[in-house]
Amino acid sequence: MRRKRPPMTLLSRFQPSAPGSIIDFDPTASCFEIEGVSLAYGGKPALRDITLRVPRHRVTAFIGPSGCGKSTLLRLLNRLHDLNEEVGHSGRILLEGEDIHAPEVAVDELRRRVGMVFQVPNPFPMSIYENVAFGLRLQGGLTRRRMDDIVEWALQSAALWDEVKDRLRASAWSLSGGQQQRLVIARSLAVRPEVLLLDEPASALDPISTLKIEELIRSLKSQLTLILVTHNMQQAARVSDYTAFLQDGQLVEYAPTDTLFTNPSLRSTENYITGRMA
Amino acid sequence: MSRRLPRTEGPWAWLAAGSVALSLLLLGGLLLLLAVRGLGHFWPASVTLVELEDGRLLAGQAVRELPLKHRAGRERLYFTGNRDLDGHVWHWLPVDTIVASERPAELVVLERRRHGAFIGRLLAVGESDALLSAQSREAAWTGLEARLAELEALRDEHDRLRRDVLRPLIRRLDARPDDTAARQALAEANARVRELQQAMGGQAALLESVDGRRLVQPLDEVLRAWQPNAMSLGEKSGAWAQGVWRFLSEGPRDGNTAGGVWPAIFGTVLMVLLMSLLVTPFGVLAAVYLNEVAHQGRLTNLVRIAVRNLAGVPSIVYGVFGLGVFVYGIGGTLDDWFFSDALPSPTFGTGGLLWASLTLALLTLPVVIVATEEGLARIPVQQREGALALGATRLETLIRVVLPMAVPAMLTGVILAVARAAGEVAPLMLVGVAKLAPQIPVDGEFPFLHLDRKFMHLGYHIFDTAFHGNDVQAALPLVYATALLLVMVILVLNLTAIFLRHYFRSRHGVQPRP
Repeated sequence: MRRKRPPMTLLSRFQPSAPGSIIDFDPTASCFEIEGVSLAYGGKPALRDITLRVPRHRVTAFIGPSGCGKSTLLRLLNRLHDLNEEVGHSGRILLEGEDIHAPEVAVDELRRRVGMVFQVPNPFPMSIYENVAFGLRLQGGLTRRRMDDIVEWALQSAALWDEVKDRLRASAWSLSGGQQQRLVIARSLAVRPEVLLLDEPASALDPISTLKIEELIRSLKSQLTLILVTHNMQQAARVSDYTAFLQDGQLVEYAPTDTLFTNPSLRSTENYITGRMA
Repeated sequence: MSRRLPRTEGPWAWLAAGSVALSLLLLGGLLLLLAVRGLGHFWPASVTLVELEDGRLLAGQAVRELPLKHRAGRERLYFTGNRDLDGHVWHWLPVDTIVASERPAELVVLERRRHGAFIGRLLAVGESDALLSAQSREAAWTGLEARLAELEALRDEHDRLRRDVLRPLIRRLDARPDDTAARQALAEANARVRELQQAMGGQAALLESVDGRRLVQPLDEVLRAWQPNAMSLGEKSGAWAQGVWRFLSEGPRDGNTAGGVWPAIFGTVLMVLLMSLLVTPFGVLAAVYLNEVAHQGRLTNLVRIAVRNLAGVPSIVYGVFGLGVFVYGIGGTLDDWFFSDALPSPTFGTGGLLWASLTLALLTLPVVIVATEEGLARIPVQQREGALALGATRLETLIRVVLPMAVPAMLTGVILAVARAAGEVAPLMLVGVAKLAPQIPVDGEFPFLHLDRKFMHLGYHIFDTAFHGNDVQAALPLVYATALLLVMVILVLNLTAIFLRHYFRSRHGVQPRP
């Protein structure tokens, strides 16, 4: 059963948080609370006892070498692993204090609250407009006019509106890779999620498109919480407020980005960020 | 632009290219043979009048020449027509026995409903009971042409009346014998038919073969007439086009050895379309279940292997299955339940369009399943995850994202199915194809599409024309023409599906990157 969400006005959810940096943010400011999460693929452990809190309205980056489990952790947050029968996990994940694996949580509702952008741009084989409206149509009950407004707002939030406003009916596949990725972000924004998960969103793009995506990520944190998985440490340093370093399925270090990059407390973190180990 | 083949792979590249060239050559040769042998039949070939050493005169169309078996020299085959006079229509003549040959303009060729072609001279045209005396050649010919045109109009009306008025009325009376209005209408229509028949009869042509034997030919049995030696190239082309058109648009005559193939074209196309309509939903649903819903385990793989192997079962086996299950099983039960008043003559309990389409749908089901499944498996996982991440359920993801993307693959399945089904003859012989069913299964009578009727099929028509006629030699060109037509029909059906697939593929411009 899908729960009906209370009606809300456009943008009402996205109250910008107070400016200023939080070093030890208080628990009420956390969006996700990950408590002792372990995960195994077909009996092979991929995550071991991870505990961390993701602050609301901030950009948190997960970094680490390939296979360290950062993407796995990300996909756990909107339960995309549900599809895979070989995945077993333990521990608790709370979203705004609610266990996302609780039986009364509808997974489609959870995924609407926790949007996701993938490494390879994946627009649907539809027009640009229909791509953005896809999630809205699933919910239904919107007037034509209101749908148009939300689509425009989402495209503007994703800094794509000016480039596509004259060809909303064109196929989404006619856009460039960078535009497609921003379209996918707009598509996620249109259903007004609380959290946006970004799984290496710029790794398949050219430098200029990457720059645009990074600007976009920074501008979006006033509206929602962002969690970014990236290979690119410069990128993590540029856009994130907090950074978690994972290695071999374990959380090695989690700190404000400035601290982690300038003054890592552990030798292995330092080795990784200085490129002595990759 | 010419690119040299890399030296290192030279022989292999040439071998591969040679194989392709050979296949193309064979295909081209096949089509050429069919086209030349088939379409050449409709060309009004010149008629040669030959005089032999022994003084005999013969008129006919030279067909081919072969070396003599027992002595030097060659012999030539002539098509001389006049089965009613000579008892046969072919003459092999040693070339050196021919002392004179010419092509007199006055020789006529008549295409007749019985006895095949007549080749000879036209002496006069008129009422058959009036005394026929020789008229001038021009007067007789123009008279013949005018009468034939008249007759054709009458025949058209007659046929239309029988098809559109008489037959439905008889059917209605069969169902309700006390319908007086229908009885009245039937009587009127019958009277008009008799009138037409009378008007069509009563006229005849006086003909003479080149060796002087005369015969009186009733004109209502003459279908076409031409003077090939007097025709210009343009007129011949016109006559050729007319002949091809008649072949395409008319029903067969003379036990399928002459006339056209329209009912067979219609039956083939209709049957293939029905088959596609039946097989696509089943195939797609089965593929969706196997690929999206079912637990991917050993059992699913076993089912998959079984489906692939079904594609290799000989088609006649499907025919037997269709006969046993569809015709006798389901059809017999339907008859018992709904058409018991018509028993013992079966309605659905005998072969028919529906059962043939169903049997072929079953035959092509594995192809559609396999093609659709491969299409579904090719859809990038990111597309599904993208939809799921927006809060779509698995069903919504399937319907809104996955299936639309798999449409081209489904159409590939349909293309393969059509290609297999349209040429299939063996199973049809068991479940509904008929040697002669001049009435096409669609007409103005409720329910308009008659799924219970037997139908004609180009493939079976070829088989029947080639082996069951009384003069296979004469029917052979029609076999080639029908074979060419069958290839064309399959080509058109396939091109339609390919065009559709192209449309669905190109609707979104660029393909997604893998």
